Amino acid sequence: MMVNSILMSQVLDVQTWTYIIVGLTFTIYIGIAIWSRAASTKDFYVAGGGVSPLANGMATAADWMSAASFISMAGIISFAGYDGAVYLMGWTGGYVLLALLLAPYLRKFGKFTVPDFIGDRYYSNTARFVGVICALLVSFTYVAGQMRGVGLVFSRFLEVDINTGVMIGMFIVLFYAVLGGMKGITYTQVAQYCVLIFAFMVPAIFISIQMTGNPIPQLGFGDKLADGSGMYLLDKLDGLSTELGFAEYTEGSKSMIDVFAITLALMVGTAGLPHVIVRFFTVKRVKDARKSAGLALLLIAILYTTAPAVSVFARTNLIETVSGKPYSNVPEWFKKWELTGLITFTDKNEDGNIQYLADQDKNELVVDNDIMVLANPEIAKLPNWVIALVAAGSLAAALSTAAGLLLVISASVSHDLIKKMINPNISENGELIAARLSAVVAVGVAAYFGIHPPGFVAATVALAFGLAAASFFPAIILGIFYKRMNKEGAIAGMVVGISSMILYMLKFKFGWFGGGGKSDWWFGISPEGFGSVAMILNFTVSIIIMKFTPAPPEDVQEIVENIRIPSGAGEASNH
Amino acid sequence: MSKSNAKAYWKENLKYLFVLLAVWFLVSYGAGILFKDDLNKIRIGGFKLGFWFAQQGSIYVFVILIFVYVRLMNKLDKKYGYDGE
Repeated sequence: MMVNSILMSQVLDVQTWTYIIVGLTFTIYIGIAIWSRAASTKDFYVAGGGVSPLANGMATAADWMSAASFISMAGIISFAGYDGAVYLMGWTGGYVLLALLLAPYLRKFGKFTVPDFIGDRYYSNTARFVGVICALLVSFTYVAGQMRGVGLVFSRFLEVDINTGVMIGMFIVLFYAVLGGMKGITYTQVAQYCVLIFAFMVPAIFISIQMTGNPIPQLGFGDKLADGSGMYLLDKLDGLSTELGFAEYTEGSKSMIDVFAITLALMVGTAGLPHVIVRFFTVKRVKDARKSAGLALLLIAILYTTAPAVSVFARTNLIETVSGKPYSNVPEWFKKWELTGLITFTDKNEDGNIQYLADQDKNELVVDNDIMVLANPEIAKLPNWVIALVAAGSLAAALSTAAGLLLVISASVSHDLIKKMINPNISENGELIAARLSAVVAVGVAAYFGIHPPGFVAATVALAFGLAAASFFPAIILGIFYKRMNKEGAIAGMVVGISSMILYMLKFKFGWFGGGGKSDWWFGISPEGFGSVAMILNFTVSIIIMKFTPAPPEDVQEIVENIRIPSGAGEASNH
Repeated sequence: MSKSNAKAYWKENLKYLFVLLAVWFLVSYGAGILFKDDLNKIRIGGFKLGFWFAQQGSIYVFVILIFVYVRLMNKLDKKYGYDGE
């Protein structure tokens, strides 16, 4: 038996392993979905409101860690070096804001969605409507990227067409999101967290041991090389980078103000993302909301502190494996990725060797950010089952986030738009059907964008954070911490914030209104970082307008006083 | 529960938030960005300290901050009698 299984692990190729592991995980997800079907709108929107802090923490972590975190982030960092810190700090630091400034109070408020809070706190359906538009914009831009990630993994590891991959992913999500609503999604995400974190850590630990002899990747990338040279890994990578004409890995090349602005925009954007915020509506008490934010960040931090180590390993390995080596000798993974177009080699000087250089005129190798994590185990020659595990992990990351986003979209339509604005008399059952139908439509639209990706998917993910930072974050913060804030101020702030963000993106990302390059950026801040400026604009406009308009009614001021006190939270309610 | 009780509770809560967010700002924007170059002159093993704060240290501190906040608030809830259901 033992011999048999060892033999098997050698004989089975990556593709067979991928079918086995991915098939197994998908069966688990579907099983959970059937077990935890939603029976009421409360199940569908907030999983019945009785999720334990740990389960919610795991679900939040899986919800949050998307294809971008799992597949792209370590790759981006490995090419950006120090500058990659904007993602590491930005996408974790936001949880401190969320835990301290938003989650407990929104839980106490006890409604189903973020536009719900905006609409009730600002006693206005106009505000609610602006909230719905923002939630839809943010979530759709985000979900398109996830579907693309699913397609990418399927096409590379199962060697099916990328569009078929998107369709398979779509049906899986459709099945458990429509059937289970928030309840199904929550418990599937718990399973998906386990799969994705295991899949991320196993190769990282293997490679850390390989390169530095240290089994903890977080320490390994600051350790000496295992080759006995006594040299630190980071010093070696700094050396390799400068040799090839790149900036030193640990120094980076972005300006300080831009690093500052991008980090702030991502942090504030994280705290303002509706699909993350709603997760805290699912726990029982205010106390649980705080604790669960802490657990979520702890679980996220496991991946986020490992990612920069993976970046260093992958970058070093890549340079050593291909730089200056003859093209005829490249390993098999190189050829396979070439087929997907994500690695390209053009022999500019026709010497048959791969020149990998910072100088664009002489550089012959282009490696897409997105493949570093996926190709890393192959580059390090890890066993086939590890490579398959990484594929299953990426799918878990992409699917869990997509499902969370789809729920926000369907709740925005069925709850905020239909129940609260169009037809308040709709029955419980009618609303549940509407919620399921909107989820179906949302999956369809997401799949369409996955198959026909608008050229700006990468750009729009930054836009999603900018939009959330520019709209929800100030409106919610002021709603909790500034009793005098009224609807006029909040609406004006959200509209100005979000439009300035959109205009800046259109000008500097898409070349509208005369476009402009890096030298034209306001205060040297890139479009990715502009969310922080737009957020400040929102705050400023809100406060100025508020000063000239009447105070909110007495009962609204009482609501604010009430949400500041943790006790008597009750359960999230429909009324 | 009286209004003045709620006010006092809120005031203490804001004090905690101010201190915790100051630490949040210092480790990330301070150590990881603004003072990175100075801190990079200090090395711990293979890590330059500024780089380490930007890619590791700040994240550890974030996690600790939330759990400190949870503890402080649980105590505060008890002190003001808001720890019931």
